[in-house]
Amino acid sequence: MANQQTATKQSINFKGTMGKLVAYCRPYLPLIIVALLLSVVGTIFTIYGPSQLEKMTDHITAGLFGEIDMDAIGRIGILLAVLYGLSVVFSFFQGYMMATVTQKVSKSLRERISQKINKLPLKYFDSTSNGDVLSRVTNDIDTIGQTMNQSVGMLVTSVTMLVGSLFMMFYTNVWMTITAILSTFLGFAFMTTMIKKSQTHFVHQQANLGAMNGHVEEIYSGYDVVKVYNAERMAKEKFNEINDKLYESSWKSQFLSGMTMPLMMFVGNFSYVAVCIVGGALAMNGRITFGVIVAFMIYVRLFTQPLGQIAQAATTLQATAAASERVFEFLDEKELEDESRKTKALKEVKGQVEFRNVAFGYDPDKLIIHDFSAKARPGQKIAIVGPTGAGKTTIVNLLMRFYELNGGEIAIDGVPIHELPRENVHEQFCMVLQDTWLFEGTIKENIVFNKQGVTDAEVKEVCKAVGIDHFIRTLTHGYDTVLNEQVNLSAGQKQLITIARALIANAPLLILDEATSSVDTRTELLIQEAMDRLMAGRTSFVIAHRLSTIKNADMILVMKDGDIIESGNHRELLAAGGFYAELYNSQFETAEAAM
Amino acid sequence: MLKILKYFSTKNVWFIIVSTAFIVLQVWLDLKLPDYLAEITQLVQTEGNSLSQVWEPGAYMMLCAIGSLLASFIVVYLVAQSAASLAKRLRSLLFDKVESFSMAEMNRFSTASLITRSTNDITQVQTIMAMGLQVMIKAPILAVWAIVKISSKSWQWTLSSGVSVALLLLMIAIVIVFAMPKFRAIQGLTDQLNRVTREGLTGLRVIRAYNAAKSQEAKFERANRELTGANLFTSRLMALMMPVMSLIMSGLSLAIYWIGAHLINGAEMPSRLGLFSDMVIFSSYAMQIVMAFMMLSMVFFMLPRASVSAKRVMEVLNTEPGIKDGGLKPSAGAGTGEIEFRNVSFKYADSDEYVLEDISFVAHRGETVAFIGSTGSGKSTLLNLIPRFYDATEGEVLVDGMNVKDYALRDLHNKLGYVPQKAVLFTGTVTSNVAYGDNGRAAGSADDVKKAVAIAKGKEFVEKLEDGYEGSISQGGTNLSGGQKQRLSIARAVYRKPDIYIFDDSFSALDYKTDRQLRSMLKQETTGATNLIVGQRIGTIKEADLILVLDEGRIVGRGKHHELLQTCEVYRQIANSQLSKEELEIG
Repeated sequence: MANQQTATKQSINFKGTMGKLVAYCRPYLPLIIVALLLSVVGTIFTIYGPSQLEKMTDHITAGLFGEIDMDAIGRIGILLAVLYGLSVVFSFFQGYMMATVTQKVSKSLRERISQKINKLPLKYFDSTSNGDVLSRVTNDIDTIGQTMNQSVGMLVTSVTMLVGSLFMMFYTNVWMTITAILSTFLGFAFMTTMIKKSQTHFVHQQANLGAMNGHVEEIYSGYDVVKVYNAERMAKEKFNEINDKLYESSWKSQFLSGMTMPLMMFVGNFSYVAVCIVGGALAMNGRITFGVIVAFMIYVRLFTQPLGQIAQAATTLQATAAASERVFEFLDEKELEDESRKTKALKEVKGQVEFRNVAFGYDPDKLIIHDFSAKARPGQKIAIVGPTGAGKTTIVNLLMRFYELNGGEIAIDGVPIHELPRENVHEQFCMVLQDTWLFEGTIKENIVFNKQGVTDAEVKEVCKAVGIDHFIRTLTHGYDTVLNEQVNLSAGQKQLITIARALIANAPLLILDEATSSVDTRTELLIQEAMDRLMAGRTSFVIAHRLSTIKNADMILVMKDGDIIESGNHRELLAAGGFYAELYNSQFETAEAAM
Repeated sequence: MLKILKYFSTKNVWFIIVSTAFIVLQVWLDLKLPDYLAEITQLVQTEGNSLSQVWEPGAYMMLCAIGSLLASFIVVYLVAQSAASLAKRLRSLLFDKVESFSMAEMNRFSTASLITRSTNDITQVQTIMAMGLQVMIKAPILAVWAIVKISSKSWQWTLSSGVSVALLLLMIAIVIVFAMPKFRAIQGLTDQLNRVTREGLTGLRVIRAYNAAKSQEAKFERANRELTGANLFTSRLMALMMPVMSLIMSGLSLAIYWIGAHLINGAEMPSRLGLFSDMVIFSSYAMQIVMAFMMLSMVFFMLPRASVSAKRVMEVLNTEPGIKDGGLKPSAGAGTGEIEFRNVSFKYADSDEYVLEDISFVAHRGETVAFIGSTGSGKSTLLNLIPRFYDATEGEVLVDGMNVKDYALRDLHNKLGYVPQKAVLFTGTVTSNVAYGDNGRAAGSADDVKKAVAIAKGKEFVEKLEDGYEGSISQGGTNLSGGQKQRLSIARAVYRKPDIYIFDDSFSALDYKTDRQLRSMLKQETTGATNLIVGQRIGTIKEADLILVLDEGRIVGRGKHHELLQTCEVYRQIANSQLSKEELEIG
């Protein structure tokens, strides 16, 4: 569906995009040219065929009232058989080469996108939907793969065939040619209007399909609410409305597109009849032989066929351009700064983290953190609190250098992190995020992840520490159980696996981004014990709602509307009676709080 | 695949019957055309004929062509209508079916799969019906008719046509045997590539943090290689198909003429002209036959995908919803807002383990009953039994003294205000979301909406929206924050003025302060309503009239906050993890 959607969209810059695509295909250019030459030669053979068939017919008619020159017929037959045979071989090789080139190009484009994903700043992904990137990798490249193969080959054969058959027709007989051309164009004028008309219905159909998709998705995923609120009738009414519209546009577009074939046939038949009548008249006057009519009967088909194909190739080429544009747009996005010249690297980190006059805004014109300074000594625990939407994850983004600062610096053990390669910064942290991320692979692979040389015993030990060893062993394949949609893990279990992953990574600094909020409080207690062990000797940054994690922190950063508005430890902040105190105390104002 | 045909309406069945008649007419006309051609041939070849004699068969030929066009016009119209209305009907039936499903069926199919089935799969079926139906009726009629017409002319010609058709069928067979499994595999490999990419995108932060970009790229490379391999195989095979098909076509016409030359040469003088025009007709018939089979082969390429789609659609339509409407109206005058669980146990249909065991409690009108326990203790499942998302396996769930299974679902749902853990918002406006659905009473006013939003502490942010209460909400509420969505979801329940509120961990998306303010507001505004709350925070539930502590599906403690602190070990552990000693004592 998305394919057609991109296809109906007009490409903004057809020439530029096609240029890029051709440039991208450069390594395959010799192959493509050979393929195209092959197809030209193959097509010429096909066009040459009818003229030989004409000769054959003439030999037959000449011999109708006497002896047919069977030797000549045999010679022509063998020549034709050879030509047809060669033509098959040529077009097969052409098809084979083009198929290979297109698939290789598609593959390399996909590869480029996959590498590009890792080179783009997070900012790009935070402002684009995953679905959009995903559809570039699959739908758009698929469209390129399918259309490039068809359209380029088709375009070359069709043009050759058109030019060739025109040439041969004129060569054979001028009047017959004019008849054929006139009748063909008459039919095509009719057809073009049809196609134009159907285009609008196709656009409507796509739009209605989109609306249908949206509505169904919404109702199905909000199923429980729809039921309890007795909104089935309301949902059905809206559904019917969209369904009616979809029905209208879909039968119309189907009807119009269904008419293309019969119309093509008619144009063929029409020209065929015209050629026969005019040919018959001419033959009777003795101005042409019957062989000419036979040849023209085939020429007419050869002539009408490529016209339809050229029109089709042009539309598919549009689709190729539209899809390529989206792909190249992605590939041309600005990448992360190249860091190969940065030679500095942290080893043996003690864990001192310092914020020095940090200024930052997601939009550089709108700074949200203006001038923030704080220092965390090795092994300290820093809690980040604030209401929902206060921008607590910003701190993670900055510490990990997912985003670059607009001013000031963050230093680990005194070294500003922007002087280090990103990989080196990442190596210093283990991280557990709020949205647990597990990939399709075994539990063991998920826990070990990118760490080298981890033994099974270590994995087991870590799982015991977070209390999921028993659970994992009850699974049919234990640690080798593949996590996919069929395996139902609870949110808590997923969370524990990512915590185990962080434990295995064993980096000197730790980030917990609301790590425990989807785990129930009892499980959290288990995790907390494991975490406390993990946090010993590590500088940790913890974002959480839970008071237990906040209260024993060495420093609390209080955030509101993106900015850090207070910092200090629990007692200091309570004593200050600011925003934190208000936030904290609201928990215990029990007088009228009960329900 | 064939079973789906029974969903054609009677009108459409007639459409198809009529269109079959027109297809027959069309075939007749298409086959008549070469007859006139033969006539012209004879006229041209015979000495002493005038030009005017050619006009007549020429005009008939033209009429045939126009008639054939008109016939196909009608056929295409009827078929397009039938296919689209079949699709419309299937979509509607499917939608109804899904709306009748219980949570068990929803989970079995998964929402994503049900969406694909309702849209893409049905479109597939529609396409094959529109394109395939016509061809599948026409091709055999054309082939048989044409063969019958020509078989009497000469066995050599018939043989060569037969050989061509056999070769064509062989090609199709080869494709079915070799390419079809690959086509199916490609579908799976594309899904795989999609999955790996999606995985990489959703886990971007984690992947970067662990410097795992290379391993992710390697995974992608593997999926990419496999997909490209399968694609290469099929597209190379297809590259062979087209030239061979055209070879068969041109080879056939060559063979007919070559054989024709021999036949004519060997024949007696008088029958020669007849043979010659036969040859011209024959070559045109032969083309028609080959074309018919080529069209048929195209349908065969489309068939596997469409039949998988049809199967997926049928699977949903043939599923019986697990929950049946009880149909009874609640007796008038019965108490309002009372909920009782009597020895309720629950397990999933395909499981041996009980999720809930022997749960009994009563929530009287106006009381607040809270449930707390670890993940997987069965809190949410317990709540799901009240609106009948699932039915209790054993025991009874009673609302106002009547078993929920006996209720007409509408009446049962009208008593409830349900707020799920994850807020659900629909495309529309703030108002359309708050005044959502139907509660069996007259629709409320704009003031009711405002009031409900205010109670749910949403007034401040809603009034800041560009159009206030008419501010638009995008699909899934993506233009609001988690807390804002949850507040509107609560406002929706409040607007309904239900007898019973069900809060399934609805407050955890809110910060402590909003949570507390909201609950105290609710307390004031909903006097008389019964509240059932699942919570994770002690603060959220500690004021409840009755707290039930669940552990592995059983009630391990019941009472008020301060009682449970003394009597229930599990509750004490939870409380300890959240509050300090002093705070526990204050509470």
